[in-house]
Amino acid sequence: MRKSLLFIPANHPGMLQNVDIFDADGIIFDLEDGVALTEKDAAMDLLASFFKHFHLKNIEKIVRINEINDLDLIMCEQIDTVCLPKADTDVLKLLDKKLSTLEKKYRLTHKIQVIALIETPESILNALSIAKQPRVNGLLLGAEDLSTYLGVRRTLEGKEIEFARNMVIYAAKSMGIDAIDTPFTDTNDIDGLNKDIEYAKQLGMNAKACIHPNQIESVNHLFRPSQEDILFAQKILLAKEQADREGLGAFSVDGKMVDKPIIDRALQIIKASKE
Amino acid sequence: MKNGVQRMIPNGYKPFVSDDHFKQEVYQKIEKVYAKKEAQMLASISAIFDIIPIKDGMTLSFHHHYRNGDLLVNMVAEEIKKRGLKNMTFAPSSIFPVHKPLSDLIKNKHITSIYTNYISGDVADTISYGHMKDLLIMDTHGGRARAIETGDINIDVCFIAASAADKHGNANGIDGPNPCGPLGYIYPDLYYAKHKVIVTDTILDKLSSNDIDHSFVDYIIKVSQIGLSTGIESGTTQMTKDPIQLKIAKDTVNLVKELGLIKDGLSFQTGAGSTSIAVSHFLKGEMVKQNIKGSFASGGITKSLTSMFEDQLFDDLYDVQSFDLEAVESYKKNKHHHLMDASQYANPFYKDNIASKLDIVILGATEVDLNFNVNVTTSSTHKLMGGSGGHSDTAYESKLTIITTNLVKSRIPFIKDHVETISTPGTSVDIVVTERGIAVNPRRKDLLEKLKDSLLNITPIESLYQKALDITYKPEPIKHKERIIGLIRYRDGSIIDSIYEVDHK
Repeated sequence: MRKSLLFIPANHPGMLQNVDIFDADGIIFDLEDGVALTEKDAAMDLLASFFKHFHLKNIEKIVRINEINDLDLIMCEQIDTVCLPKADTDVLKLLDKKLSTLEKKYRLTHKIQVIALIETPESILNALSIAKQPRVNGLLLGAEDLSTYLGVRRTLEGKEIEFARNMVIYAAKSMGIDAIDTPFTDTNDIDGLNKDIEYAKQLGMNAKACIHPNQIESVNHLFRPSQEDILFAQKILLAKEQADREGLGAFSVDGKMVDKPIIDRALQIIKASKE
Repeated sequence: MKNGVQRMIPNGYKPFVSDDHFKQEVYQKIEKVYAKKEAQMLASISAIFDIIPIKDGMTLSFHHHYRNGDLLVNMVAEEIKKRGLKNMTFAPSSIFPVHKPLSDLIKNKHITSIYTNYISGDVADTISYGHMKDLLIMDTHGGRARAIETGDINIDVCFIAASAADKHGNANGIDGPNPCGPLGYIYPDLYYAKHKVIVTDTILDKLSSNDIDHSFVDYIIKVSQIGLSTGIESGTTQMTKDPIQLKIAKDTVNLVKELGLIKDGLSFQTGAGSTSIAVSHFLKGEMVKQNIKGSFASGGITKSLTSMFEDQLFDDLYDVQSFDLEAVESYKKNKHHHLMDASQYANPFYKDNIASKLDIVILGATEVDLNFNVNVTTSSTHKLMGGSGGHSDTAYESKLTIITTNLVKSRIPFIKDHVETISTPGTSVDIVVTERGIAVNPRRKDLLEKLKDSLLNITPIESLYQKALDITYKPEPIKHKERIIGLIRYRDGSIIDSIYEVDHK
């Protein structure tokens, strides 16, 4: 499961050079909103060259494209995932075909995945259909564009995006894929960021996009299971082992009955703690 | 001839052998020079030239407590120029961009040699381009004290910029409208120069403290303004926001934590600048979390250290000079914020100097090489742009010396097979922290053992070097002229490296 995804504008050599030092689970190389219109050609050129010379290990390489045809210029073995802005089901189908063609053309050894960027009112309402499209393994909420569509101002509390967050979470989790929260835009406010992460995690998000490397530590830390969660999960699993040995179908921990969902959650926590 | 770190130095100079070679030497000080009579008040800088008199070929010393806000060096330089004096030796403890007027005096042979500990700005360029007739000698802060006490630097007249004085010649750097803080660097000059002149813009009946003792002072000159307090701020006073610098700072504190050194009684020093402030910030967080109380922090003092002191994380501060006005204020009001003189700070021959009591020092670097030698004197193009200051002193004396540096910046690798100039020998350096890994000097087997199960990215320095080359490829060797324009004098008086003339092109 992803926790932290860092946006890096693809036209900035100094930033590209250091993308792998910040412990982000993935880098979103941005060719879209992070790059001025006049810089897009240069950004694609630079990114293609970067992938040729820098071999990044143990980090997911994601490219946020402007349009599907961008892929003709940058496709290579290093790209793991494509992030599609303003995703809808029709474009996702076209993207799937395009990726299949390019995978054959470049003889890629892996199948490219897709993160769908959910940032219009229509895509919020269609989140489940989008999550069901081929290759989609994560939904990323884009709250800035969404707020513009809604004609509302973003607030620290985020009431205005609560419905959208829930739609993304329910669609993603129903398909067993990542629910990735929108970035927190005030890069100087680490307390605000921490509160935002805790709230998103409480709702059900399992990852968050970052727009500054200084946000990654908080995201990784808070999306990792807490020590308290891990100890409780270990206690549940030990009690289950004992119940299995004793042939008990039902058992309790700290006076509370433990059933399958609780055991599954404990397994999830232990798995996440090891990642 | 080649010295102990395989660098060519001119014949006739004492070659560097090793960082602890001084232990085999006998230390012999010259006699202290007391004032022969009550300090005399003079009307102008010009008057002192007549009364002493100041002549061709003399050595004049100054101090950098006003840093880039210093006005005194230029006042004296102007008088030398006006009088057409030649072949003067200047011995300011540091030279900053504000001292640009010296460049003309160097080119016109008014000044023909300089002793200093740090140099930047136009004067550094002028000397790099070969305009000075004789050599530049770059000392360390502790080494300068040694050189003056032994007569290696023989000072005729010492000019002391003080923010206030009384009519007897007592003075300090904290009273008056333009304070600069404790005057730690002036003491060797005050004790051993032949003539001592206090220059100030404020004469008071009574000073809040007599940091300078009148019994060594010959003359007092009142000028309209002695310096700009704002000039003492060294670079930024804010913590860095650069994510790479923040990562280096966090990794440094995590490393210190893993080594088990964040414990009661901790003593600590770091420099000014935004990364050092970040290191202090993260260290403070750990000390508060673990309820740790340190013994002292030392060096040039910044507000990040005074804030730790005010939060009672350290018992004492030892301050050789203040880097911001918050530190000046703290020195004025806190009796445990002490003035530390240059010899007491870091003179290798000063028994139990403060630097020798340090547990940890965190220092920067322009370049580090595979033998852990550090350059803080010249740039990657060999131009003068700094100097050791207290780098070599604290690196040798402290129990743990950590160098923090980018591995790569603007496509220039900071770890090289050989540094351009050796300021601090690698034998004094324990650990180098970069954004792409932490290298421990193989000499420190104890540290490697402690860190063997660490989750931090501990890696040989050769592997850091290779990572840098993977990004930048190997840069072309730097070309400089053959003429030696300066020498790096190690703290014990031996020559550790030569500085060469840079080609104008």
